[in-house]
Amino acid sequence: MNEPTLEVTDGGAEPSGDAAAKVWNLRLYVAGDSPKSRTALNNLRKLCEEHLKGRYSIQVIDLAKDPALAKLHQIVAIPTLIRELPEPIKRVIGDLSNADKTLVTLEVR
Amino acid sequence: MQPVLSPLAEPSVLVKAATGIPGLDDVLNGGLPSGRPTLICGAAGCGKTLLAMQFLVQGALRYGEPGVFIAFEERAEDLAVNVSSLGIDLEELQRRNLISVDHVRIEPREIVESGDYDLEGLFLRLGFAIDSVGAKRVVIDTLEVLMGGLANYALVRSELRRLFEWLKQRGVTAVITAERGDGKLTRHGLEEYVSDCVILLDHRVVEQISTRRLRVVKYRGSTHGTNEYPFLIDESGISVLPITSACLNHPVSDERISTGIPRLDTMLGGQGYFRGSTMLISGTAGAGKTSLAAQFAAAIGQRRERVLYFSFEESPAQIERNMRAIGVHLAPLLEQGLLRLEAARPTAHGLEAHLALLHRAIKEFAPSAVVLDPISNFADASTAIESQRMLVRLVDALKAAGITALLTSLNSGSSGLLEKSDAEVSSIVDTWLLVKVVESNGERNRLLYVLKSRGMPHSNQVREFVLSERGVELLDVYVGEGTVLTGSARLNQEAADRRAFGERRQQLLRQRRELERRTALHREQLARLHAEFEAQSLELEGSIRELERAADERAEVRELTAKRRQADSGANGGSDHE
Repeated sequence: MNEPTLEVTDGGAEPSGDAAAKVWNLRLYVAGDSPKSRTALNNLRKLCEEHLKGRYSIQVIDLAKDPALAKLHQIVAIPTLIRELPEPIKRVIGDLSNADKTLVTLEVR
Repeated sequence: MQPVLSPLAEPSVLVKAATGIPGLDDVLNGGLPSGRPTLICGAAGCGKTLLAMQFLVQGALRYGEPGVFIAFEERAEDLAVNVSSLGIDLEELQRRNLISVDHVRIEPREIVESGDYDLEGLFLRLGFAIDSVGAKRVVIDTLEVLMGGLANYALVRSELRRLFEWLKQRGVTAVITAERGDGKLTRHGLEEYVSDCVILLDHRVVEQISTRRLRVVKYRGSTHGTNEYPFLIDESGISVLPITSACLNHPVSDERISTGIPRLDTMLGGQGYFRGSTMLISGTAGAGKTSLAAQFAAAIGQRRERVLYFSFEESPAQIERNMRAIGVHLAPLLEQGLLRLEAARPTAHGLEAHLALLHRAIKEFAPSAVVLDPISNFADASTAIESQRMLVRLVDALKAAGITALLTSLNSGSSGLLEKSDAEVSSIVDTWLLVKVVESNGERNRLLYVLKSRGMPHSNQVREFVLSERGVELLDVYVGEGTVLTGSARLNQEAADRRAFGERRQQLLRQRRELERRTALHREQLARLHAEFEAQSLELEGSIRELERAADERAEVRELTAKRRQADSGANGGSDHE
């Protein structure tokens, strides 16, 4: 089986004991290579670079390569962004073209 | 798959996927359209999920078609618990790779939409589930959740359209459940996407009695039953009442079976009723309907055939005891498994549920005869029209299966012989016996007669029937002087008859004795007269002989005298002068 994780963008998050320095652990679920997925990843990277520089990591998971994960992680819509950390878990679906809505949901601002 | 034979044979080559749900495949003329989606719509709690699940489980277990259950509403664990009460072990089916369950959780509060998306994740999950068990059947329960959970309505709709197309391309037989909408089949107009088959479920409560109904709204390319069919949900799942009433082509038997009452057999052309026929015993309260029915049931059991007795008013123990009192022993038959007594009040379930229960019991027990005692309280659970319709269906199903049926019916009125309810069912019964209580001289007595009996010469006479410890006995009634006498009136009349007969006999005997006496007297007189006559005759003879002797003596004397006188004979004349 192919590795479903396409790429991991390490935004420079450092495991530090600094309580104030929160780390955003983000997972983007896509299905193969589609314009929507690409747009979503681009939008996400842009937002992270602008607002979370050095405090994020993005994991892109291709469900076409491991559809079982769709069931396991309760994915219906593609693309889906999940904020693993900080807790609680947040979900955003869509190509993230609505930057404000995305930022509010991820509680970046 | 085996094509299901139906009276409405269709030339179409439409392949069908049997649901395995009792009765439903009859309504659908074989099953759901294979490889195509079917929409099942109805309000909450009307049995959509259950029907879909049963379709899936039956497919996996009976038709070699594994299935996928996509649950939008319930978690897999909850679903498993819910269906376990119906004897379905969903976890076991999943372990055996016969069914794959995927709970798709959509929580609107947790989902934020930002920009364009599609539902490819759902497609992937569905595809993965289908591939993992090699599914031929798919259930999606309930798609509405998607419509309510996601904000982009237009997008969801177009994705649903894609989903139905996708399902067709995968060649799976899909069942999609949807909520009933106001004035529409479904709240979100899903019926637009499914043009192949739409089934509507309904759950009504009328006069505190709940009834579930099913209707096939459309079925492209196939004939199907168009009525509303009642269905039942109980511990073995859904069953739809059969619709065999449409056909009158059931086989008939020439075999005659004794009623268990010899004189009743005599009234029915001498041989009893036909196997597989339907009999109705109607009568007023206490006329002896149950006793007759029990005697009938016992007679079947004694032939070593199974008989199923549905009692709608009395408990099995009560019937057994009461019948024992009149010499009809049901206990041994119960022990031998030849008789089964089922008691249930129709009002406890509603008519449809009740009849479905009957059907199920009949199917399980496979009796050669069924007793329904009485059918009149079916109407209590429903309207008269419905109860009659139900009954016709039931009787037709029994006839189709070659099962003899005995129905009893309670007439409430004492004035009219025929009740409306009786008249309505009479068209479906072959033999109709009427029992009646007549009141006279301060007592009530039972009468029985054959109102009709198809296909046999039958008696036109009224019989009195008596319940004794020897069972049911039929007696001749006293007919004379234009009246029919029963009970003690009959006994009195018979006694009076006997008395009158005795008196007449005595009188005649007396007359005979008198005659004999007179004859003897005459003989005696005759003998005496005869004797007198004899005596006289003898006396007369004696006198005659004496006279002759005297004459002879005189002649001798004359001859001697003549010799002495030496007179010649010629001179005899001369001697006269001496």
